[in-house]
Amino acid sequence: MSDPLAEWRSHYDDARLRDVPFETMSGVPLDPVHGDGPYPGEYPFTRGLHAGGYRSRLWTMRMFAGFGTAEDTNGRFKELLRAGGTGLSTAFDMPTLMGRDSDSPWALGEVGRAGVAVDTLSDMEDLFADIDLSGVSTSMTINGPAAVLMAMYVAVGEKSGVPRAQLAGTIQNDILKEYQAQKEYIYPPRPSMRIVTDMVKFTTAEMPKWHPVSISGYHIREAGSTAAQELAFTLANGFAYVEAAIAAGEDINEFGKRLSFFFNSHTDFFEEIGKFRAARRIWARWMKERYGATDERAMMCRFHTQTAGVSLTAQQPEINIARVATQALAAALGGTQSLHTDSYDEALALPSEKAVRIALRTQQIIGHETGVTNVIDPLGGAPFVEWMTDEMERQAEAIFAHLDKLGNGSILEGVYAGIESGYFMGEIADSAYRFEREVNAGRRIIVGVNEFTDGDEDTDPNLLRIDHTTEDYQRKRLDGVKKDRSQEAVDTALATVIAAAEDPTVNLMPPIIDAVQAYATEEEISMAMETVFGTYVETAVI
Amino acid sequence: MSDDDAPIRVVLAKLGLDGHDRGIKVVARMLRDAGMEVIYLGLRQTTDSIVAAVEQEDADAIGLSMHNAGHLTLGPAMLAALDAADLDIPLIIGGIVPDPDLPILEAAGVAAVLGPGASSEEVVRTVRRVVKPA
Amino acid sequence: MSIRDLSVDELVARAVESDRRAVGRLLSIVERGGEAADHLAECLQQVPTDGHVIGITGSPGAGKSTMGAHLVAAFTAAGRTPAVLAVDPSSPLTGGAILGDRVRMAAVDTTAFIRSVATRGHAGGLALAIPGGARLLAAAGFDPVIIETVGVGQVEVDITAAADTTVVVVAPGMGDAVQANKAGLLEVADIFVVNKADLPGANDARRDLELMLELSHVTGQEDSSHRPPIVMVNSLEGDGIAAVHEAVDAHHVHLIESGNWPPAGAPVFATSSAAAPNSRSTYSSRRNSAMTPLSPSSMQSSPATSHLRRPPASCGSLAGHERHLSSLRRP
Repeated sequence: MSDPLAEWRSHYDDARLRDVPFETMSGVPLDPVHGDGPYPGEYPFTRGLHAGGYRSRLWTMRMFAGFGTAEDTNGRFKELLRAGGTGLSTAFDMPTLMGRDSDSPWALGEVGRAGVAVDTLSDMEDLFADIDLSGVSTSMTINGPAAVLMAMYVAVGEKSGVPRAQLAGTIQNDILKEYQAQKEYIYPPRPSMRIVTDMVKFTTAEMPKWHPVSISGYHIREAGSTAAQELAFTLANGFAYVEAAIAAGEDINEFGKRLSFFFNSHTDFFEEIGKFRAARRIWARWMKERYGATDERAMMCRFHTQTAGVSLTAQQPEINIARVATQALAAALGGTQSLHTDSYDEALALPSEKAVRIALRTQQIIGHETGVTNVIDPLGGAPFVEWMTDEMERQAEAIFAHLDKLGNGSILEGVYAGIESGYFMGEIADSAYRFEREVNAGRRIIVGVNEFTDGDEDTDPNLLRIDHTTEDYQRKRLDGVKKDRSQEAVDTALATVIAAAEDPTVNLMPPIIDAVQAYATEEEISMAMETVFGTYVETAVI
Repeated sequence: MSDDDAPIRVVLAKLGLDGHDRGIKVVARMLRDAGMEVIYLGLRQTTDSIVAAVEQEDADAIGLSMHNAGHLTLGPAMLAALDAADLDIPLIIGGIVPDPDLPILEAAGVAAVLGPGASSEEVVRTVRRVVKPA
Repeated sequence: MSIRDLSVDELVARAVESDRRAVGRLLSIVERGGEAADHLAECLQQVPTDGHVIGITGSPGAGKSTMGAHLVAAFTAAGRTPAVLAVDPSSPLTGGAILGDRVRMAAVDTTAFIRSVATRGHAGGLALAIPGGARLLAAAGFDPVIIETVGVGQVEVDITAAADTTVVVVAPGMGDAVQANKAGLLEVADIFVVNKADLPGANDARRDLELMLELSHVTGQEDSSHRPPIVMVNSLEGDGIAAVHEAVDAHHVHLIESGNWPPAGAPVFATSSAAAPNSRSTYSSRRNSAMTPLSPSSMQSSPATSHLRRPPASCGSLAGHERHLSSLRRP
């Protein structure tokens, strides 16, 4: 009978550690772990994915950025890298997120507002100008048209001499949660799933450092779900992708290694920590016991976290700095691999430079000053925290059982059925309404909103304003690209995309890459696929 | 049932591609709880589809939910469409609208703006106020 | 000038000229009842109408809305100008309602006239103003007029009163067919639709319906001149909608050939539950009744309100009016 602690120790001793003193501010030396096993890095990873935890590597400080034109965002990227950010994370504008170009009638008033406008490969080239793609890890938050944007990134890499096998990053590409929460879908669920599995296959074969799906709970939570629902719906979507990939002939030990997750970090401190720990435990168990993974790396729930945007108040915005700090701390104590902290002014507008810097500094204070990173899973073993972890797991398992039943033994079918019947939307809307009623009744306090409202009149006038010139600029640029390119090449490329879409045995990525290289626009490519896949119109559940 | 007893009918919608519907769904329930009839159009509406709804449903007010700072473009666009259809119906905009933009929207003809965190009392009061001016 | 300042006569004149705004306003007047509604009823007496009124009902979750939306689209594609009255329940606690059918319909067919109606406390699940609303829409030239209801309890009886053709939608696996029998739907259905026909249990649902129709035939409850067809539909794919369309048109033909068309005489306007027939006797009692226009107020106090009835001549602009159906299509 092996000694779990000794086993952990041997892995820990093999791990490379950061060159910092692991002692308190007062000089008290600290052991890396306390309490009982399973220890960090040991299945089922409740206490962390790696034996060395943050002693080996801090979480990636990945600040989400994007606004205006590609050039504007390129500037913000460079600032973030200079300020110590360690990964890039791209926010796209609404038209781009929905597969529309800046000159589409649907784009009115939206170009460059919620993120950066990308219509063609030219914009992508500007976005990453003078940034060495072999030296950064880039996350792209996009879903419906994800294949097109990933193709553009690959094309930019190739143009700058970085082969696709060296590109590191993540693309969100989690289409299931769109039907449940964020609503950035284009096509119906099943054809969309085909696109996702094509991207999984493509990256497994050609882009080993790329995470092709970031299974997300953030948006589900923002839409109003509870913590347990966020946990359960997210992991269920994950199981659905696993089942789809297996059905498509992929090896779970291969693609499983490169799936990652994206969670919310909300304001209830211990509930969040319990949620994160439960996520790791549940994912590991299901991947091993239900889906037969044997490589431990395929059982790991690695995740990025973002602090809860919906918790930010427009009233007394500076106090959001405190909220974000506690939420970020919960994520760190929950063992996140990567973290974005919201800016205090984000309830009002896209973040200003100063606000973004404060948000990044918040992470740096937690990571470098507070010492919480010195001990791995420091709250592990605390009776309440372990209970909270168990409780989150228990609630999630009840939801999995429901979906399994709905799908007659397949979580994938259960998720499709849940989407069709409005189950997810209904649960989320109910939770959102329940919360609203509590706030309204004063039973749940939101500082500055229903209590402690002195100071609400003080609003910061220095908000970031996106002016109207972005839209004009983008349209002109788009016109220019269309004039310069070969229409014939574009037409041929689009025809090839359509043919590929019609044939489920053909992988969509290569023809899409060809199309972006011919400077076909995002909308042209997306709409070409729509002719085959159809449009999705949701049945609203209020 | 006389005119005064008839429930207030409100069209709720989001223009354009923005998919954040948590707020508008909560408002729908708030208005229903206050005895109003909510014609819930939801996402991806156009000014045309909203005008058609207002006409056919004989709506008393329109609530548009906006999250992506498009209010300065979309608000006036909606007002123009209503004008062109000869519809004199109050438009309420809900969502994140910075203070400096409030007078601009008011001057353009928006009847009211409801910020995030508005209580159900405030939401209901506002609708009642713009539908039946004192 | 605000449309709310226009008189009933002016609104009616516009309505028959395909002004949808005027129709919308008049529908509100019907809903509210009272003098204006009474006067409207009188004006409409002069407007000939033989539009087909179709009722769609069934239990919640049977997928009526989606099926209804596709059916409306089929009518539009066939060159007709459908209008829909989509009924949703009002909250018994607050009196309010969230009316979500419109958006489901509009997603499939953007040109149809759609009016969302809340039951406003009417116990049966069918709003008080539905019969009058259907009459108004037919008078404005919409054809067919589709009434889609919530499908609980008493509704099937109410819908019979207002519709020429009643379509009952069931879904497999919900015991709908049995429920349908218990609720008396077998008596009122002119057409059955088994929706979600791709699901297991669809054929069972059909067999259950066939069996029960057999039994009711044996016990003599049913009008033996018309045996309701059972149509299998997969609404999500649109399969089977053409068959429903055909069945609806076929029933219309049946009504004509059996001498029950067009519904002549004064329209049954706004009714209260006291006035609605509580069993289906013959087609001729449905819309051909000689009942004078009724609104809740006039039900209670005919003599008092009689002085408010203006002579029909004030609706004179309608005499000999010819409607151009195609002009009702929204560009």
